[in-house]
Amino acid sequence: MISTWVWDRIPGPAFLKAILVALVLVAVVLVLFEWVFPWVSTMIPVQDPTVGDGGS
Amino acid sequence: MSAPPGVASDESTPSGQPGPSPAHAAPRRGLSVVGVLGELLILAGALLGLYVVWELFYTDVQGDRAQREIVEELAWAEPDVVEGDVVTTDIETIPDDLKVTDEDPPEMAYPSYTETFATMMVPRWGDDYVRPISEGDSRRDVLDPLGIGHYPDTALPGELGNFAISGHRTTYGKPFKRVDELQEGDALVVQTEGIWAVYEVTGWEIVDPSAVEVVAPTPNQPGAGATGRFMTLTTCHPLYSAAERWIVYSELKYWAPTGHGIPSELTEVPA
Repeated sequence: MISTWVWDRIPGPAFLKAILVALVLVAVVLVLFEWVFPWVSTMIPVQDPTVGDGGS
Repeated sequence: MSAPPGVASDESTPSGQPGPSPAHAAPRRGLSVVGVLGELLILAGALLGLYVVWELFYTDVQGDRAQREIVEELAWAEPDVVEGDVVTTDIETIPDDLKVTDEDPPEMAYPSYTETFATMMVPRWGDDYVRPISEGDSRRDVLDPLGIGHYPDTALPGELGNFAISGHRTTYGKPFKRVDELQEGDALVVQTEGIWAVYEVTGWEIVDPSAVEVVAPTPNQPGAGATGRFMTLTTCHPLYSAAERWIVYSELKYWAPTGHGIPSELTEVPA
C-alpha cells in the first residue's frame, strides 16, 4: 500500500510522524485552495454568470 | 516496525523450518495492484470532496472578505453606506433640484481593465449591502476575485445606453445571491467617484447564456441604438448551475453629483 509505504519512511516516533503528516496535509490543502482549485474552476464553465461567448 | 514476512508463520510451518509463509498469514506490506488502485481512488474521492468544500464555502469566505476590503479602500465610497448604518443615522439626502434625468453625467475617464470604479447598493438586499463594481467580465480577472464586473464597452453609470454588469449568484462572495427577491420598482443605487445613479427595476427574465441582446444599448433591441439610460444585471440560473442566465432590467430614475448627501432610496426599507 502507498500509505503504509510512506508511513514506514517517515522518520521519528509515531506521534512525531502524525504531526508531520498533519502539517503536510494542511500545506497541501492550502496549495489546493489558493492556487490549484481557482485555476481548475476557470477551466469548468459551470459558474459563468455572463452572457455571450461563454468563454469568459 | 513490522515483522518481516515469515516470522509470524514460523510456528505454523509443519517442518519447523523457516520457509515461505502462506499469503494469508503474512502482514500485507507489499504493493498489490488492487491495493494501490484502491488508495488512488480514495485519494481522488478526497480531492473531489475538497473541491466541493472549496467551491461552496471557501470561495464565499474569500470573496466576502476581498469585496469588503475593496469597498473600504475606495476613498470616495460613502462611509455611512459602507458601514451599513444608513437607516439608523440621520443623514442628509440628495435634494430634488440636484437630480438629473435627461442629461449625461460629467464624463468620467473610461476605467482601465479590472479597475474598481463604482459601488452598488440595493436596499432590498439589506442596508449593509454594498459591493464593488470593476471593469471587465472575465471570471479569472474580475468576477472571481473582485465581485461584480462591468461588460466592457457598455455605458457607464448614468450615461445614455446600457450600464451592463454581471456577478456570481453562488460562490465567490455571491454578490447577486438574492437576485430573485427583486421586485419591479426596487431601487438599485450605483455610486462612482463623481455621481450617484439611482435605477429602478423594470422587470426580469430568464434567458439562454447566448442572449447577448440583453446587454445591448437598448436591452433586447440590438438595432435600436441607445434609446434610454438602462442598467442590466446578469447572473447564473438556476442556482449552482450555468444552464441559463437570470437577467434584471432597470432604468435610470435620476443621477446626482456626490457630496450632497445620499439618495433617499437608501434610507427606505422596501416593504
